[in-house]
Amino acid sequence: MCVGVPMQVISIEGDQAMTEVDGVKREASLMLLDQEVKLGDFVIVHAGFAISKLDEEDARETLALMREAYAPELMG
Amino acid sequence: MNYLDSFRDKKLVQGLARRIAELTKGRSKPLVFMEVCGTHTMAIYQYGLRSLLPPEVRLISGPGCPVCVTPNGYLDRAIALSRLPDLIIATFGDMLRVPGSSSSLMEERAMGADVRIVYSPLDAVQIAARNPGKRVVFLGVGFETTAPTIAGSILAAKVQRLKNYFVLASHKTMPEPMAILSADPELSVDGYICPAHVSAIIGANAYRFLCEEYRVPCVVTGFEPTDVMQGVEMLVRQALEGVSQVEIQYSRVVRWEGNAKAQSVLAEVFTPYDADWRGIGILPGSGLKIAEAYRAFDAELAIPVAVEELREHQGCQCGEILKGKITPFDCPLFGTVCTPESPVGACMVSSEGTCAAAFKYGI
Amino acid sequence: MNNDIIMLGHGSGGKLSHQLLDDLIIPQLSQTPVAGQNDAALFSVNGARLAFTTDSYVVDPIFFPGGNIGDLAINGTVNDLAMMGARPLYLSVGFILEEGFEKSDLCRILASMRQAADAAGVAIVTGDTKVVPRGKGDRIFINTSGIGAVEHDLRIDGAAGRVGDKVIVNGCIGDHGIAVLSAREGLEIDSGIKSDCAALNGLVAALLPLSQGLHVLRDPTRGGVATTLKEIAVQSQVTIKLQEASLPVNPGVKGVCSILGLDPLYVANEGKLLALVAPELAGEALSIMRRHPLGRDAAIIGEVTETSAGRVLMETLVGGVRGVEMLAGEQLPRIC
Repeated sequence: MCVGVPMQVISIEGDQAMTEVDGVKREASLMLLDQEVKLGDFVIVHAGFAISKLDEEDARETLALMREAYAPELMG
Repeated sequence: MNYLDSFRDKKLVQGLARRIAELTKGRSKPLVFMEVCGTHTMAIYQYGLRSLLPPEVRLISGPGCPVCVTPNGYLDRAIALSRLPDLIIATFGDMLRVPGSSSSLMEERAMGADVRIVYSPLDAVQIAARNPGKRVVFLGVGFETTAPTIAGSILAAKVQRLKNYFVLASHKTMPEPMAILSADPELSVDGYICPAHVSAIIGANAYRFLCEEYRVPCVVTGFEPTDVMQGVEMLVRQALEGVSQVEIQYSRVVRWEGNAKAQSVLAEVFTPYDADWRGIGILPGSGLKIAEAYRAFDAELAIPVAVEELREHQGCQCGEILKGKITPFDCPLFGTVCTPESPVGACMVSSEGTCAAAFKYGI
Repeated sequence: MNNDIIMLGHGSGGKLSHQLLDDLIIPQLSQTPVAGQNDAALFSVNGARLAFTTDSYVVDPIFFPGGNIGDLAINGTVNDLAMMGARPLYLSVGFILEEGFEKSDLCRILASMRQAADAAGVAIVTGDTKVVPRGKGDRIFINTSGIGAVEHDLRIDGAAGRVGDKVIVNGCIGDHGIAVLSAREGLEIDSGIKSDCAALNGLVAALLPLSQGLHVLRDPTRGGVATTLKEIAVQSQVTIKLQEASLPVNPGVKGVCSILGLDPLYVANEGKLLALVAPELAGEALSIMRRHPLGRDAAIIGEVTETSAGRVLMETLVGGVRGVEMLAGEQLPRIC
């Protein structure tokens, strides 16, 4: 089974989005998402469906907090 | 920003490992944390995370592999279906080598069955649309990350008015088995590493009852190595403080209430039933079968077929593995009689199987 | 498990393939104990030392980004000879064509083969063509056999790896398998990855001056780098330790592998070689490769750490350690 992978939305047409990771493009269905999605957003894609948005601000905060605590030399 | 690479940061992982070692130093009894998701099983092995943790922390695998907890009878039915004329079996790759009572889908394919690996259940719907003269049966095995995608495929088939798309459903839900394991006096789990994407669907609130009734800390953890180490650190702190709460480590994706849309799609297409978990037994309300309104898509109802008598393999210890009571290295068949080329049980060949991971990545 | 029939996995280059060779084929057909272990057979005829090899090509689809079954067939056999340090000289080509196969496609393939042969400096001197009825073959299968001259007295052999050797690869891994996979119907993946299919004899010739320091050369085709290194580790009876952070992988390959749940270590390559080189010459080997067009992204990816029954370990991106096994079953069928 394939893990859900964070992919960036590069185009949207109705219920379908074209998503991209590392330069690789694949279509994903948005029918299971309960969140609004716009171009440039990141979504978790699993088996051809977007199952959740990825909160970029939260991701950055999480990383910043971790770096502060465990690897302060990475800050900045 | 690359949301995979940033969470594979060596310095962060090493820093977290040091912290975990500091916190747990000198404990006589190790802290035991169980993960219940095949992707976590694989991630921990793939990144060699156990080699970074101190001996005072033990990570064990539970029933996180949906293929492994599916009773042999399901596979026997899939095999029987594959032998019917004009029938295409569509499946995720991990089902292919799993041994049934006397055969496997891979062997059936070698003997002429039309078995196709797909990446998405929507691909199976497409196969059905392109082959109107044949019946397409998709093998619906998975937890709550996968079940909505399969429900989605049934809805898509309905919209396209396809009469030849079916699902052989064997979905299971978390966290019922976690409750059973927590109540088991032979196991002493100090905390659960809760699944990432299952939780994105069902929400972190789903684990509250485990904390309240069984006093076990639960941390919803992502799959990247930094996530896993942070999740372990959060569990360690709870264990040392003697608290048991649900915490979300994977906050960039998981919400307390989960994904309401996916949940409603599940409720529309599936109904809960008392499912049989291989090695554990029947757990009330722990499975999803196709709802009455969608029974036209239910392969078990729509395509009756004679299924051979169930045969469990002698000496197979998958059950004990799935309950986390033994590790693959404790099983006498591991690597000797049971190998990926000639598996005795699903744990050795499912892509999320504990034994498969240990065999491929163990030291 | 049905042991009476051939499974797709027997052609994958991994464990099952080895079992078929070791249990069934070699005992029946071969007279030498080391048959099948190196990329080509070596022998002497009237004092001339020759290398001889054969390979069959069943790749699907037959046209893929970066190549087709034709240049694959030429380069693959040229490379097997090159891995012995032999100078590839003459090739034979056998075609099995399916009734109904488009002549225009055949022409494209032939043109590629000619081009590849010229680029590699080999001559196609003999061949055969058969046609089978529609449905009894899949458009085209190709077999190529090759003869090369061994003009050195080095022992370049899978069993020649030694403790301390550095493991070097000449560039990014997994390109070929992913290119072929991306072109397969039904996957709908736009990856931009091209096959790395290329003749490596020029690169090998540049490495030969490393002389006694060049211990093992092998091209990681089916089964990928992981399977090939495990084979070498077992043949040489050593443990090889890899550094995941040093593995050169194209972002597109990483992306496709993420999405499909594949591991680049197990994906086929057709323009890559693995070299086990004495540590004091590793730096020079790297420079030689990087000066060559087929070695710009060459990297040291690991080393031989101790003698053993044959193991491969890897220090992961985050500093943990894990085992690396041979490919089990089939990851991607009909990739070569």
